[in-house]
Amino acid sequence: MADVIKKATRESYGEALRDLADEYKDLVVLDADLAAATKTGIFKKAHPERFFDCGIAEANMMGVAAGLATCGKIPFASTFAMFAAGRAFEIVRNSIGYPHLNVKIGATHAGISVGEDGATHQCNEDIALMRTIPGMTIINPCDDVEAKAAVRAALDFNGPVYMRFGRLAVPVINDAATYKFELGKGVVLRDGKDVTIAATGLMVNEALQAAETLAAEGISARVVNIHTIKPLDKELICKCAKETGLIVTAEEHSVIGGLGSAVAEAVTECCPIKVVKIGVNDEFGHSGPAVDLLKEFGLSAENIVKTVKTNLNK
Amino acid sequence: MDANKRKELQKLACKVRMGVIEGTYNAKSGHPGGSLSISDTLTYLYFDKMNVDAKNPENEDRDRFVLSKGHTAPALYSVLALKGYFPEEEIKSLRHIGALLQGHPCIHIPGVDMSSGSLGQGISAACGMALAGKLNNKSYKVYTVLGDGEIEEGQVWEASMFAAHYKLDNLVAVVDNNGLQIDGPVTEVCSPEPITDKFAAFGWHVITMDAHDFDDIERAFSEASNVTGKPVVIVQKSTKGKGVSFMENQVGWHGTAPNKEQYEQAMAELTAQLKELED
Repeated sequence: MADVIKKATRESYGEALRDLADEYKDLVVLDADLAAATKTGIFKKAHPERFFDCGIAEANMMGVAAGLATCGKIPFASTFAMFAAGRAFEIVRNSIGYPHLNVKIGATHAGISVGEDGATHQCNEDIALMRTIPGMTIINPCDDVEAKAAVRAALDFNGPVYMRFGRLAVPVINDAATYKFELGKGVVLRDGKDVTIAATGLMVNEALQAAETLAAEGISARVVNIHTIKPLDKELICKCAKETGLIVTAEEHSVIGGLGSAVAEAVTECCPIKVVKIGVNDEFGHSGPAVDLLKEFGLSAENIVKTVKTNLNK
Repeated sequence: MDANKRKELQKLACKVRMGVIEGTYNAKSGHPGGSLSISDTLTYLYFDKMNVDAKNPENEDRDRFVLSKGHTAPALYSVLALKGYFPEEEIKSLRHIGALLQGHPCIHIPGVDMSSGSLGQGISAACGMALAGKLNNKSYKVYTVLGDGEIEEGQVWEASMFAAHYKLDNLVAVVDNNGLQIDGPVTEVCSPEPITDKFAAFGWHVITMDAHDFDDIERAFSEASNVTGKPVVIVQKSTKGKGVSFMENQVGWHGTAPNKEQYEQAMAELTAQLKELED
């Protein structure tokens, strides 16, 4: 794996905005003094007249985005997940969600892979928060190719979309030439019959590695990439529940309210099987290098392998 | 202002106030006090100032209006009904289950440009509309009305910084300075004063206005129209509950609906005011 290309999805976000600007004339970008970090600076450099810095004022930024959307603009309101989903939650709910406006929220630095900045900036709650807003679409892409495709899909969709991007460079696992993004559709990356590993974001790559290890030990694991957490591909999840039984979910997010919860909620209605959630276990993160934190919090292929084996009694 | 025009606006404002009483009485809830304090301003905006057409509510060149102090929706609905955006009968089912008219403004109601009511948020949306106007080379204006209690919200000042920074001279914010909020006088709860100085310090063109004098209202909005390079705030001195004697300057009428007896008295007072104007 030495020659694997790595790239942070926040970088993909900035590049996609830049590259799609000519095609989508109403696209405008807002940021809250984090353009260098969210990578909207890439867009700003190419299209300065369509970039608006709101300063460190996320609540107002979301409201401005809402107002722009009522006049036909397609604003991408960009900041860290902590401030987009956390600080500005009520504005996102009331000024964007309730009127169902065509605002795209680009939330970067999601999860504990923020790293050294520590707990105040490691948002493990955003998916849970955004899931509760009626009509909100949530996309959590796993790599550069998917992130760029997600930005285009968000532009082509009329309604509020929350997009979750990471700070850490992650392996590019999709092939840009053949990749197709379908909003609301899970992707079966590897078939298997003993267990389904449903993963999202940077955990998709870990899930694929885990499946390799498990195969070597005679366990057939299906790997499903859930890039759209809302609306969830319930049809696929229920099909997996029926066909493999056990589902292990893997996400860089709290085990409360995220992908794991969404999957568990779905299977209780269609095929109540055991769902085991891998995520951040109801605790705050702390400072440290991102890769070390991911290991420490069990967000790794090793932990997926261990969890699958434990729950299959193997 | 021409005497006939003044009288017509006064009559319309009286009808707007009757709608406020009708709506809140039938809803058995709602916010009459702050609705009555902005009735003259909204009447002037919709019947004289703003470029709006009830037959074409989505016209992209129209002036926009955001009721940032969304709890005073009865005044806005009353004006919109009189303008013909929806039947006046709708006022009677305000806040009822299945009704068109929600407790706070909702963008899906004809004539309502933005959902609002969670305080401090409307002004940000108005900033977005004003910015869109600049980007789209439109000449429309964006008007928003805030409460004096509402400006205690920090988001208002985030928006104020933004509006001045981006020189949104197509934005006119009105602060309804009736001096009362739910818990009491604004100066006693957590004072937002001095309001004019604050906006001036934030880079706005500041105008003061008597909220119940149409000549002064016209003067203030005319001045606002001619300002360039900065957003405009009109701080209007108003009387909460204006037009209904027992509601005037009473903090208790912020969010209380009139009972049958109070409804009848209020309607009798407003009917008498209207009759006097019509004589």
